[in-house]
Amino acid sequence: MLAGETAAAGKAAAYEEIATLRERNALALKEAKESGVKVVGTYCLYSPTELIVAAGAVPVSLCGTSQNPIAAAEKVLPRSLCPLIKSSYGFALTDTCPFFHFSDLLLAETTCDGKKKMYELLGELKPLHLMQLPQIQDEAALDYWMVELKRLVARLQEEFGVEITAEGLTSAINLVNEERRSLKALQDVCKLRPAPISGSDLLAVLHNRGFCIDKRQAIELLDRLTAELVERAESGVSPFHERTPRVLLTGVPVGLGSDKVVRLVEESGGCVVCFESCGGYKKVDPVEVTGDPLRAIAEKYLRIPCSCMSPNQGRLQLLDTLVREFQVDGVIDLTWQGCHTYNVESYQVKTHLQREDQIPFLQIETDYSESDTEQLKVRIEAFLEMIGRRRKMPENALP
Amino acid sequence: MLAAGIDIGSTGTKAVLFDGEVRGVSVVPTGWDPKGAGLSALRQALDCAGVPESALNCIVGTGYGRVSLPIFDRKVTEITCHARGAYHLFPDTGTLLDIGGQDCKVISLDAHGGVVDFVMNDKCAAGTGRFLQVMAGVLEVTLEEMGLLAVGAEPAPISSMCTVFAESEIVGLLAQGVAKGSIAAGIFEAISRRMQGLAGKVRISSTVTFSGGVALNPQICRVIGAGLGVEMRVPAAPQFVGALGAALIGFEGDAAC
Repeated sequence: MLAGETAAAGKAAAYEEIATLRERNALALKEAKESGVKVVGTYCLYSPTELIVAAGAVPVSLCGTSQNPIAAAEKVLPRSLCPLIKSSYGFALTDTCPFFHFSDLLLAETTCDGKKKMYELLGELKPLHLMQLPQIQDEAALDYWMVELKRLVARLQEEFGVEITAEGLTSAINLVNEERRSLKALQDVCKLRPAPISGSDLLAVLHNRGFCIDKRQAIELLDRLTAELVERAESGVSPFHERTPRVLLTGVPVGLGSDKVVRLVEESGGCVVCFESCGGYKKVDPVEVTGDPLRAIAEKYLRIPCSCMSPNQGRLQLLDTLVREFQVDGVIDLTWQGCHTYNVESYQVKTHLQREDQIPFLQIETDYSESDTEQLKVRIEAFLEMIGRRRKMPENALP
Repeated sequence: MLAAGIDIGSTGTKAVLFDGEVRGVSVVPTGWDPKGAGLSALRQALDCAGVPESALNCIVGTGYGRVSLPIFDRKVTEITCHARGAYHLFPDTGTLLDIGGQDCKVISLDAHGGVVDFVMNDKCAAGTGRFLQVMAGVLEVTLEEMGLLAVGAEPAPISSMCTVFAESEIVGLLAQGVAKGSIAAGIFEAISRRMQGLAGKVRISSTVTFSGGVALNPQICRVIGAGLGVEMRVPAAPQFVGALGAALIGFEGDAAC
């Protein structure tokens, strides 16, 4: 057992490759663009990637997880807005995101009030297609969402002069499902105790992979990493100890640059074994491969359990499953300042988890800045102390 | 077994020596040098107890300055330490309110003094010792005088919880000729409302203990207690609860100490 091995020492070989993906892909994207490939930039998990793929274009995630461009964004946007929206807009405004720079079209959805009004401003900088996302998950909403998907199909066909066929859709579904399978397999290695990869490293992989322009290459790379990690776990190699408190992180999206809380949990002696957020486990739910492919895509995307949905029972169910499968000792719910839906929903999540799973819960409301690092440390360390003590107590002594 | 608990807070640094009973205590201002304050608080507590440093078996550090002292055998957050200290003083504590220099916390305890849930104010000194100090400064009174002024006064409406905004609000009230006593009472009401908001996020038991330096002010204790609808129990020396908890954790310590 190499417990306590520093996270930097001896990482999986595939990890090193993934760590540099963002830079390498910016170059690959430039070359692809020069050879005539069309690029669609996306911000959100609700973007139906399959349609972009079926249109023969490359879907890329756009930047929005760094503090750097926020000051520029605040010249236009209110300061009290969520940092994710400000960062996304700031990157666009300062032209510092290569993926935004190379995008031919931006794909956006009306998820929250802040984002949808920001997209109006973003539309002044680039061609933008806005999908009106219904915010209830019933049949009527599905019919409405189908119309929106068809509108996107028409826009992509017109914009790129292509035809999106049923065969094209089916093959895109298979490819993106394959990507989801590889993403799920990778995250599932953290079900092992101790997890063979730190939450910080896992997040870096999930984040960098989003910038990959060749999906097959990315799948191959992820599968290689997963295999290496399983092997490491079998030979007892882990940055953690079997007794390291296991934390599930839920709530708002996190990426490199907005990973402060993940870092603090792991610096304080815990490990983040599962990300429920939209870059993590919310992403691995596949599209059904039977029936009408467009309908199946619509169903898959509409059932995403984001806090913009009302009600959002799906998130609670997903959390119950993950708490059990990943054997977590505590749940941290991360909320960005100004993100009202996640912030309000936190109360329901806490009440539900404490009732159903009897699991320690901590909500953290913060932004991308480092200004509250010391205060956050107190909360996180106290939370880990609470978990540690709970473990030492005999079962019947717990409340 | 002699253990020391040192609580390096944003305003005061407190030390407690414990060997089954409290042997020595001390408090020094933290100032700009948390490390120096920690060392001098420890020295003074040792002097108070009349024992040499070599007699110490374990030193536990807590408070925001706990990172700055290399002499600590263990570092434990003030949330865990305050809970432990309050449980020792009042074993039936179900909820603990702690208002320190820069932050306030509401901590929910189990029957064994362990933390089961807590909330803490975010990066802002709203409703904390620092807030009170600034407000007292605007009124040109000491904190104690502010408490006396507030007794029986009709509280003036103060809506801001932000230290800077509340300061301008008070300046405005003074300009309108509102009496200092009313303003003082209004400030306490504002803190009480803030604590009610915070307390709403965790389970509040009927047995609430109040720790931290702000609890030294009886008028504030009354107003907050009334706001929460509970009877508040205040230890004789509320500012030492964290240091006491740290000492107790050291005293009961495992092999780490």
